[in-house]
Amino acid sequence: MNPETLRGYALRAAVEDVLYDYAAALDEGALERWPFFFTAGALYEVVSRENEERGLPLALVRCEGRGMMIDRATALKEVLFYSPRTYRHFISNVRPVWRSEERIEAVSNFVLLQTLVERETTVLVAGQYRDTLVVEDGKLLFGGKRCIYDTTMIPNTVVYPL
Amino acid sequence: MTKQPMRVWPAEGASRAPYWIYDDPEVFRVEQERIFGQSWCYVGLAAEVPEPGRFQRSHVGDRSVILVRDKEGKINVLENRCAHRGMEFCRASAGKATRFLCPYHQWTFDLEGNLCGVPFKRGIHGEGGMPDDFDLADHPLRKLRVTNHNGAVFASYAEEPEPFERYLADPMRAYFDRVFDGRPLRVLGYMRQRIPCNWKLILENTKDPYHATLLHSFLVTFGLFRADQKSEVRLDPSGRHAALVSRHGGRQLTVAASEMASYKSDYTLQDRRLLDMQAEFHDGVGVVMMTLFPNLILHQQGNSLATRHIVPRGPDSTELSWTFFGYEDDDEALSTRRLRQANLFGPAGLVSLDDGEALKATQEGLRNARDACAVVEMGGRDREDANVMVTETALRAFFHHYMHVMGFVRAEDER
Repeated sequence: MNPETLRGYALRAAVEDVLYDYAAALDEGALERWPFFFTAGALYEVVSRENEERGLPLALVRCEGRGMMIDRATALKEVLFYSPRTYRHFISNVRPVWRSEERIEAVSNFVLLQTLVERETTVLVAGQYRDTLVVEDGKLLFGGKRCIYDTTMIPNTVVYPL
Repeated sequence: MTKQPMRVWPAEGASRAPYWIYDDPEVFRVEQERIFGQSWCYVGLAAEVPEPGRFQRSHVGDRSVILVRDKEGKINVLENRCAHRGMEFCRASAGKATRFLCPYHQWTFDLEGNLCGVPFKRGIHGEGGMPDDFDLADHPLRKLRVTNHNGAVFASYAEEPEPFERYLADPMRAYFDRVFDGRPLRVLGYMRQRIPCNWKLILENTKDPYHATLLHSFLVTFGLFRADQKSEVRLDPSGRHAALVSRHGGRQLTVAASEMASYKSDYTLQDRRLLDMQAEFHDGVGVVMMTLFPNLILHQQGNSLATRHIVPRGPDSTELSWTFFGYEDDDEALSTRRLRQANLFGPAGLVSLDDGEALKATQEGLRNARDACAVVEMGGRDREDANVMVTETALRAFFHHYMHVMGFVRAEDER
């Protein structure tokens, strides 16, 4: 995969495949698979649009590399207390471009719906993914992912990764 | 018409908390008046408005206010409500202004809150206009009393609030000044969440080290906050403020740890950097959790520093705004530690996530259980300082103060 062989709709389809597989893994609750959508050194950040616009560095979630992602996934699966819930990702408006011979940058929109026990389904957060994708062993992986959420007031908690 | 009988507190006093204090709209209304309408309340950091003209929206109770630095460099706190028709005129969360213009009828206020312009004050062609005796000086924005204590800004709606030195007196002041020591601060960013619970539950949660040793298995597992560590609960003489102090211990299985169902001895971190804390305070204390009545939690957990600003929105809805900060002279390594350790806190925090979930479930549990009450007897029934974590002494001190401020009497005193 390089800028010559992967272009136009094919490029978009390839990036969409990664995003949709990523969303499917999270929606199925397969947290243990989540870190392996990333390169070992990838930076995963969930950042409020407020902080982003004001140039403030704080992230809601900041995993510097796959190790920290595995730690978060394990904590969520085995250690933390939270009420059972279902998350469902909707990803659209995917716009990828090659930034170099090896690196794709892709922005897309996301909406995350949350369903709790005995409750109606509600929007938890909405925002934009700003992703970097690289080819590793013939597969596209996230070399970095910034999830910029628009939501100024989070409805209580964000449990699973965006 | 008969007056509704005043609610009566259980005869046991401060070792009980009746559930009606958490979901009765009338109690909420009276709290806005007697607590948030009177007390000093945290509104923000001076570092959020670093130069003249910079403003930041904030709240006192559920009322919107603006924190603004005026031309002289003084910080003012003004109610965000136009003196004309009541519009909440400041719509941006933060920014820079030379004056405030209400969009509705363009009444204009300076940065001290004085009315300085009213369009068509003299009418048009001699018709209309304000009465001749209308004086701009009579219609300022509501100005709150303000104290800037080493960069932490407090405001009060009271005409003559309690002297700030008495509000924040030792030993609380010493704990507060440990973090707010006068060094210039640098804001790192915000987290904001709406927790569907009463505001007091959030404050109480941080006065309760007992739960932290059990609910927060992440802290427990990694020895960040554990029942068997050297720890203290320090109270303000009035009972309203508290400081929970703990020293980090290593990870070792003790008798105490074995009593915690949440202790996971086989869980190890892949990346230890998350908990790689740098000693930065001379006293070596790993955690100081402070509650300043009625609306501030100040946390120092390792290298993570934040104010948590409590904004009550209704009996069962509270906004919590977290402002993470460091010092202007932090080097990059320390800044990175602060940003990394923020993973533990806020709405997605490996520790605070538990709190949001537990508080929501607590509010759901006590809803419409107005004849029942919480039992608060861990560590005894008194409200003295303690040198142990498994105590609810700070809760009893809080309820004692709360009853006094709200004018609630115990069942036996009523007879």
